[in-house]
Amino acid sequence: MPVVTKLIDTSTCIGCKACEVACQEWNDLPPETTVQLGTYQTLPDMSANFWNLIKFREHEENGALQWLMRKDQCMHCADPGCLAACPAPGAIVQYTNGIVDFQQDQCIGCGYCITGCPFDVPKIHTRTKRVYKCTLCVDRVAVGLQPACVKACPTSCLQFGTKDAMLDIATKRVAQLQANGFPNAAVYDPPGVGGTSVVTVLNHGDRPELYGLPRDPSVPLAVRIWKGPLKWMGNLAMLGGVLGVFVHYVRFGRKDLESSAPTDLKNGATKPTEKTENT
Amino acid sequence: MNRLLRYTFSERLMHALSAISYVYLLLTGLAFWTPAFYWIATVLGGGYLSRVLHPWIGLVFTIAVCWMLVTWREDMRTTADDRRWRKAMGHYMRNEDALVPPAGRFNFGQKQFFWLMVVSGAALLISGIALWFAASIPRELQVVRYLAVLVHAVAALATIGGIIIHIYMGIAVVPDGLHAILHGDVSERWARHHHALWAAQAPRIRTPDTHADRDA
Repeated sequence: MPVVTKLIDTSTCIGCKACEVACQEWNDLPPETTVQLGTYQTLPDMSANFWNLIKFREHEENGALQWLMRKDQCMHCADPGCLAACPAPGAIVQYTNGIVDFQQDQCIGCGYCITGCPFDVPKIHTRTKRVYKCTLCVDRVAVGLQPACVKACPTSCLQFGTKDAMLDIATKRVAQLQANGFPNAAVYDPPGVGGTSVVTVLNHGDRPELYGLPRDPSVPLAVRIWKGPLKWMGNLAMLGGVLGVFVHYVRFGRKDLESSAPTDLKNGATKPTEKTENT
Repeated sequence: MNRLLRYTFSERLMHALSAISYVYLLLTGLAFWTPAFYWIATVLGGGYLSRVLHPWIGLVFTIAVCWMLVTWREDMRTTADDRRWRKAMGHYMRNEDALVPPAGRFNFGQKQFFWLMVVSGAALLISGIALWFAASIPRELQVVRYLAVLVHAVAALATIGGIIIHIYMGIAVVPDGLHAILHGDVSERWARHHHALWAAQAPRIRTPDTHADRDA
């Protein structure tokens, strides 16, 4: 099955928030009270009930003000840090089409996925204590529909298809932007997490941090160590400990009050002797 | 022969509290450690319940360890006798007890285990609090989350190493070790064999009838 991908072209985003509304509506999420930040941003951050947030930033360059809008959501990494960190089998699944999905009925609410995610995406619901995030509308994709946000986007800033097709469109768009005053335009498809199923065209592709994106995201080293060598060494050490005491028992067995007693007992003393050891 | 009081009621109680809470923490912790052990959480009522209870039982364990620390702090100090005992540890491990210098109320190995649990327990508590409230830690302090998972795992492994030996020694190697920690009494012969320096000053139990047959 080909990997599906959502393309976000930040250069054509007008900040209308139709994708936010479509996401809330399709996923039947309760409305979140918006927060006035003095910008064109709905909320400070995504939440367990808000999986699609247009992040707004003002950027000044050469005396010109630019509005940078980026759709913040789960990136659907090919190598997902959340999945590497998750202890509950089946709570985080990665489908063959590349979609990474949380199964809340299997989730135990440990929050390890928050530790594993390089993009700060998973959010714990304050009441249910389970994590939620963008599903890439897996329920729509499964029946051949586009994700709700893509369907709602009025400028075709959002597009959906196979990864090859989306990268093709993205590359052409980057060439256009480079020829039209954005020489550093690039596609954000970070290789540190094996590429993502949400790729973003950035006007300032050389500085993804301007958009609040990490420059070179990867699964955290701590998670790699924890779920890699530390786990294997720990398992071997536990097994070694159990085998060790077993071997000790077979070789040396139980301590015997009679045969291996300290000398004063062997010598037939029946009363505690005045020891001179207390120096 | 006389019976000696090795562990008072409150000492047995705090040991039982720490033992039961530790075993629960160990089992649920193993379930969170790797999906291969996740079935343990299923047996104990599911992963969600285990996740909810694990930190609270961790607080119970903390209380038990603090109780022990207050009660046994003096007894657990390393002495000159312990240094001699440590040199003969190989003999002790090979059950050549005749060649082992006499120990006080606790031998050097027991003291080492005690301090291992205290230090690891403190590390587990601090990292555990960070894991408990992982979702409340701001992104700028992500390094706290990284440290917490690593410290919690390493400290837990250290306690597991200690507990394997501790349980094995208490149940399989030292006769009546389990009886002592459950019921509190040991025979005078046992005390002089395993803790000779303590035996002389250990409190006698007045009514030895119940266990008289043991040493007959």
